[in-house]
Amino acid sequence: MRITQLALVLATAFALAGCPKKVDTLPDKPADSGSTGSSTSTTGAGTTDTSSGSQMSSDQAALQELQKLGTTIYFDYDKAEIKQEFVPVVAANAKYLNANTARKVRLEGHTDERGSREYNIGLGERRAQTVRRALMLQGVGEAQIVTVSYGEERPAAGGSDETAYGKNRRVEIGYGQ
Amino acid sequence: MLRMIHVMSKPMFSSAKSCMSRWLASIALTLLSASAQSQLVIEITKGQANAIPIAIVPLGWQGPVAAPFDVAGVVAADLERSGRFAPLERRDMIEKPTSGEEIRFQDWKYLKSDYIAVGKLVPDGVDRFQVQFELYNVLNGQRLLGQRIPSTTAALRATAHRMADMIYQQLTGTPGAFATRVAFLNVEGTPPSQRYKLIVADADGENQQNIADSPEPLMSPAWSPDGQSLAYVSFESKNAAIYVQTLRTGERRRVSARAGINGAPAWSPDGKQLALTLSRKDGDVDVYTLDLGNQMLTRMTFDNGIDTEPQWSSDGKKIYFTSDRAGSPQIYEVDVADPRSPRRVTFEGSYNARPRMSPDGKKLAVVHLDNGAYRIATVDLASKAVQILSQGRQDESPSFAPNGSTVIYATQERGRGVLATISVDGRVQQRLAAIRGEVREPVWGPFPSK
Repeated sequence: MRITQLALVLATAFALAGCPKKVDTLPDKPADSGSTGSSTSTTGAGTTDTSSGSQMSSDQAALQELQKLGTTIYFDYDKAEIKQEFVPVVAANAKYLNANTARKVRLEGHTDERGSREYNIGLGERRAQTVRRALMLQGVGEAQIVTVSYGEERPAAGGSDETAYGKNRRVEIGYGQ
Repeated sequence: MLRMIHVMSKPMFSSAKSCMSRWLASIALTLLSASAQSQLVIEITKGQANAIPIAIVPLGWQGPVAAPFDVAGVVAADLERSGRFAPLERRDMIEKPTSGEEIRFQDWKYLKSDYIAVGKLVPDGVDRFQVQFELYNVLNGQRLLGQRIPSTTAALRATAHRMADMIYQQLTGTPGAFATRVAFLNVEGTPPSQRYKLIVADADGENQQNIADSPEPLMSPAWSPDGQSLAYVSFESKNAAIYVQTLRTGERRRVSARAGINGAPAWSPDGKQLALTLSRKDGDVDVYTLDLGNQMLTRMTFDNGIDTEPQWSSDGKKIYFTSDRAGSPQIYEVDVADPRSPRRVTFEGSYNARPRMSPDGKKLAVVHLDNGAYRIATVDLASKAVQILSQGRQDESPSFAPNGSTVIYATQERGRGVLATISVDGRVQQRLAAIRGEVREPVWGPFPSK
């Protein structure tokens, strides 16, 4: 059942991000499981029971919140501050991680294509670090977080207009490992 | 400055000089026929108005079979591509002298060639040749060059580039850069499924060699000063790491795979150190030097802004880098021996990044934000004057040719990444597009070691 719920998180995140995303960047296994591998390989099967009606545990609640808000935070041009509208997204992820302390996240920082590539690697790192600090301020353990910056190398959307740029300036919170 | 992108038929260089005074508009040189792996098309988008008319006569060859290589053809193509020469069409050559005594200068005057190169390809043992050539001034009959270059079948192309270098230097006073190589990235596919290839090619796009190939991003190639190795960034392990790869053997060494950023490698002039960018565990993006012998790291920047894109000064005593410590990216310099006192170098404009040193050490090429467009500019280190060179909107990754005459950079054409070159006086431009996918991050290699 947990797997199904996680699949829903996945599907929601897809919808929010508006772009295909790698399965392995999202929650794919229960916190207490020692198993590996990509247990969540499909995203369309999420219409089954999501434990409505039964008593929810705190981590189930956290999961539902995460499911609602997603795992991507968007930024302004050449900025790394978390905008007010994404504060709840960070909070939902922090809550989930606090309820599942064995889970680890990989924060991938990205930029739009404008400007110099290595400077953009720096900017993507700064965005990932901003989200990392915000998560840690809300109690997430340092050991739960790794960061990587792809700069402008992995755009979420093609094209050279503000719509594409806005989708590309982001941090993706990946629940891969 | 006019930029022409239409591909037109080749103009007649043998026609009157008034014709030459127009742009040498858009000569498409498709350099593909010789090699199936070639994937670059070079197009001269703007030539110089006063290009020098020259005749490069096919080399004499005595043998039962055809000559193994068209040396003169490569020489003429090199000179033409420089934009500073207008080689005579071969079909307009009414005779084919192979030595100085055979030249009837009156005829070449009539054909309006100011200079003429003649010579022979002479067998010199098994698979060995001598390229013998002479360069003459047609107007006064003076002999300007006489050279014999030993070669082999496999090296005849490189020998042709050397011959072009010698002619170029004799007639312009600047060393030619035809016998050099360029590294660049070729990216095919659309995110998230892309294929990244690091490629090295001769400066004319020929002779391509695949250095690395990955489904994860490859970035920031940098030539070692001896031209034997490339440092580059690869995300193949899902995190950034810097590798150093020897081109001839393919041998590869991972030199930095620390937590966070491992980026922007730049070789010290003696080839013993790399400057690089790390963010370590705390996420502070700073420039370091890495001794490739003893692996020792030395921190060069201490600000908590983004400090990256290091570049060594020609004497190895300073490092230039991009920093946004003052709010927007600007170029700074720091003494390697005393890195605690950085100085700001650029003040003009709200965005100056990715400094690359000119071979004479007097200028930096940078990415400069100019009225909302990212363009390649040069910054004179003495006067701090900024000169904008390119006219695109997304231009980046400038790199000087080792003779300092030209800057190669990445630009966009109809949403696709292509490479372009521009002479530092802005008068000659070329476009280099891939047959498939995008090309980006060009880096011009050093002169070949003699």
